[in-house]
Amino acid sequence: MFKKDLTASPKQKLKSSIQRSLRQSLLTTYPLLTPHIDDVLPKKSSLEQMKLPDRVSLYVIEGQPLFYQEGGGVIVPHLKLVHRFPHAFPTIRIDRGAIRFVLSGATLMAPGLTSKGGRLPDPNTKPVLQPRPAPKEGEEEGPSIPDEGADEEGHWSRELEKGEPVVVMAEGKETACAVGILVMGTKECKEKGKGPVIEEGHYLGDGLWRLITE
Amino acid sequence: MADPAFGRQVAYCGVCTLPPEYCEYGGTVKKCQEWLQKSHPDMYARIWSPEALEAATASLSVEAQERAAKDAKKKAAKAEAAEQKQADKLANSVVTIKRIERNKRKFVTAVSGLEAFGLDLKKVAKDFGKKFATGSSVTKVPSGGEEIVVQGDVSDEIEEFLLEKYKDIPEDNIELVDDKKSKKAAAAAG
Ligand SMILES: [Zn+2]
Repeated sequence: MFKKDLTASPKQKLKSSIQRSLRQSLLTTYPLLTPHIDDVLPKKSSLEQMKLPDRVSLYVIEGQPLFYQEGGGVIVPHLKLVHRFPHAFPTIRIDRGAIRFVLSGATLMAPGLTSKGGRLPDPNTKPVLQPRPAPKEGEEEGPSIPDEGADEEGHWSRELEKGEPVVVMAEGKETACAVGILVMGTKECKEKGKGPVIEEGHYLGDGLWRLITE
Repeated sequence: MADPAFGRQVAYCGVCTLPPEYCEYGGTVKKCQEWLQKSHPDMYARIWSPEALEAATASLSVEAQERAAKDAKKKAAKAEAAEQKQADKLANSVVTIKRIERNKRKFVTAVSGLEAFGLDLKKVAKDFGKKFATGSSVTKVPSGGEEIVVQGDVSDEIEEFLLEKYKDIPEDNIELVDDKKSKKAAAAAG
């Protein structure tokens, strides 16, 4: 999706009504981001939009890239946001051999996930839940956060559906290397063991990664 | 920097910009390693330790290792070529500072070519405006690009300022031009 270098429109401040609705869709898509939402979108800073080719919008706050969206589609986090809040997004993991293909923009194929080094969700696991921060003084405890997450081995606790956004971790690495939208559900991926799983995404070193947002 | 609200602070490689654990997949591994060893010795020790390297190759078949090595070599060559190309491009790029006479004894100074040196024209225009306390803006030129137009004749000052602040621009790549309107008029009259 961002294989080539990108040219972006200048940053544009968004109306507060649009900012509010983006905040809401971000929370709906990534409920685990709830405890961090005021850190991701500080109330006193304003969210800016950069228009990229192919109807993609990148949203930026104080020079920090946050997430992008194609047309009016699913909100997908920028890898720099994933690195800041690694436990807030659903993950799958590729084996070591698949890393260099993903980092060259290739389609992510099922065998890179079903092999020994790969990880797909396992609903039988117990996720390691991130302790939620205590509510600040004078604040009520926020809305409840679902009990999902990855276990110690890196298995996400819920099967992910086709069309859902997912972060791609890698065997032996601590930081995520890609993010994208599933073109095949994780259950089907396990059953079939072949075929494309993420076709076009955002990966380390691609045009979106290199885009200057400061 | 250690602001809990920011979330986790991941250090990024000063050479290839990726998290250092992914430097091995870029074409600048050697430079990345040098940078990491100097800037984050602890991380360097962890990522490039013999144990880590062994773990990295143990899970790959010999064939896959060979392919990966070949791939890495190709990437390194590509990165080197790109770097050379960029260096050549910079060497041949010229920043033009042009003094233009608008009316009788009223001048503007137009600066073009800065984008080749990776500068953000809007930012530089702002800097000019502040530095010289005068109007300064980015305008489109008929040929399709953009240039910075500063009110007043500040050619020499701009040259000095560029050399001082933006060290990437070699002095020889800055060109001062005088665009006199009266020249033509004078020639016609003469
Ligand atoms: Zn690097």
